Amino acid sequence: MKLFILTFLNGLTLAALYFLVASGFTLVFGLMRNVNLAHGSLYLLGGYIGYEAAAFSNNWFLGVAAGTLAMAIAGVLLQVLVFRWMEGQELRQTLVTIGISIVAADLMLAVWSGNTYQFNPPAWLIGTTQLPIVLAHKPDGTAVLLPYPTYRLFLLAAGLVIGVGLWLFINKTRIGMMIRAGVDDRGMLDASGINVHVVFAIVFAIGAGLAGFAGVVGGTALSIAPGEDVRYLLASLVVVIVGGLGSVTGAALGALIIGLAEQFGLAYFPTYGIVLTFVIMVAALAFRPQGLMGRARV
Amino acid sequence: MTEAATTSPTASAPEAIPMSIVGHLIAVVLLLAFPFVATDFFTFQIGAYTLIMGTISLSLMLLAGYGGMVSLAQMSVAGLAGYMIAIFGTSAGGVALGWPWFLAIPAAVIIGTLLNVVVGLLAIRTEGIFTIVITLAIATALYYFAQQNYDIFNGHSGFSGVAPAHVLWVDWRAPKPFYFLSLAVAALSYAGVLYLSRTPFGLAMQAVRDNPRRMEAIGFNVPAHRIAAYAVAGLIASVAGVLLVWFDGGISPGSISVDRAIKVLIIAVVGGMRHPAGPFLGAILFVLLQNFAIDFVNPERFNTYIGLAFLLVVLVSPDGLLGLIRRLGAAPASGKSLP
Repeated sequence: MKLFILTFLNGLTLAALYFLVASGFTLVFGLMRNVNLAHGSLYLLGGYIGYEAAAFSNNWFLGVAAGTLAMAIAGVLLQVLVFRWMEGQELRQTLVTIGISIVAADLMLAVWSGNTYQFNPPAWLIGTTQLPIVLAHKPDGTAVLLPYPTYRLFLLAAGLVIGVGLWLFINKTRIGMMIRAGVDDRGMLDASGINVHVVFAIVFAIGAGLAGFAGVVGGTALSIAPGEDVRYLLASLVVVIVGGLGSVTGAALGALIIGLAEQFGLAYFPTYGIVLTFVIMVAALAFRPQGLMGRARV
Repeated sequence: MTEAATTSPTASAPEAIPMSIVGHLIAVVLLLAFPFVATDFFTFQIGAYTLIMGTISLSLMLLAGYGGMVSLAQMSVAGLAGYMIAIFGTSAGGVALGWPWFLAIPAAVIIGTLLNVVVGLLAIRTEGIFTIVITLAIATALYYFAQQNYDIFNGHSGFSGVAPAHVLWVDWRAPKPFYFLSLAVAALSYAGVLYLSRTPFGLAMQAVRDNPRRMEAIGFNVPAHRIAAYAVAGLIASVAGVLLVWFDGGISPGSISVDRAIKVLIIAVVGGMRHPAGPFLGAILFVLLQNFAIDFVNPERFNTYIGLAFLLVVLVSPDGLLGLIRRLGAAPASGKSLP
């Protein structure tokens, strides 16, 4: 029972992290039709920059801000300097992102070497919190509560806050309205007098910024090291294939399914854990090729 | 668009035939003479390796160039065939069933081909750019699976001591025999793909690439054509995968890493995906760079240079070196970019 609850909570927190990474990926794709295979690189680079900033300023929150901001700027630069010039050429854009991810991975290896970096989050985030889940009763009648890492609870909360914030932003604000209109019909949005390139740059900034944010926040929960870029790229791919490319709600749902599946797989049949994830992806493709929340493409 | 699509691939062929025959003859002579003038290092490490990587990239070119389906799972297919050679045949590390070569090789090739059929069945559920997403997810999942699984794939360490059997009193791993073996496989695959592109099936494939809806409406079974293309590409990649495991002398999850899957794509894109010669051209450049870039630049940053070279080709000449050569030559190329 304890294993089950712990696995469930681990699955939820992993889902929160996956959502943070995948929501940026899916947002960028939804509007710009750009499959950004350098998204994992943005995650890892955000983590490294956040680490440097946190180590320099001795403030973990400054590290989070630095990682997020730096990647948001990187995202705008990528959009303005590179992708803007090859709009509509989906394959070419994707090939460019592959090239960028190769160069980025190698340069990061050159700068930060193969070491594993660990963050130092503030003291109140380290340690465990007693959850109101009774495991057993001591002979004197006091309940034994389930301890759980505080940081992972923080991660879960961050995922929820960002998720709700993103939903409000897309559904309730003017820019969000423009983004939704652009997803449906980019040409019409352009024709109605809105500068699509500004909207594109904003969306790329949010998407890349989320990857950077996830890099620091997720890197604190686990660690940052070479290879994490591929890991989170795969997570993003599977999450959006299951949830539906282009849908933020789909990313949340997909992240929940994949996060839980991965943790339960790891806990109950360790060497075949990845197969479970894979089976879910295959099932999603077989029965709903456009993903759970994706719309059928014209 | 339709005008260009219907005339571009075949229209230039009739006048180009004499030129291409001359070119092919020169290539055959050079390739046959190569091991007799080159050192063993060049014959094995450069020559054979180029031919193997070129053949794996050729299988991608078949899918991407003629079918419009860019699959990143070709390295995984080659890798699975290699793993099967290690498991069915003789190897050190994990289970080795010790089958004779004439059973182990067909079994490995069949399993590799079947994997690509399964990949195809999944990938054709969606279209266009999603093929990359799905096949990359499959390739990455297989890599992590091979790394985690000890029952079949022997986990992180994989298999070692894999070598071809001595058949007909020849040591097939000696530089010259292995080179000619690789050359035979590469030449057969190359000729096969070239022939296939001119058969009714190949032409239908290219029509499906250009306009699947119209082909569907005319009455062609579009999914069946696509899966058949995956099967042929799987066959080519599997045979090349068998050669690759012999070349490496073993196999581990690193052999099917995302890094390597993307290198196959780089080779095909840099060479050009409009003609089967492209992947081999890309492979020559790639292998030469990999082996000799160390002499000019910091070897540790090899990936940076290869990535920048790839970016340059994608930005400057989307149809690769082949397109560049064609444009520099007398014949003006039709202005069609990547499929």
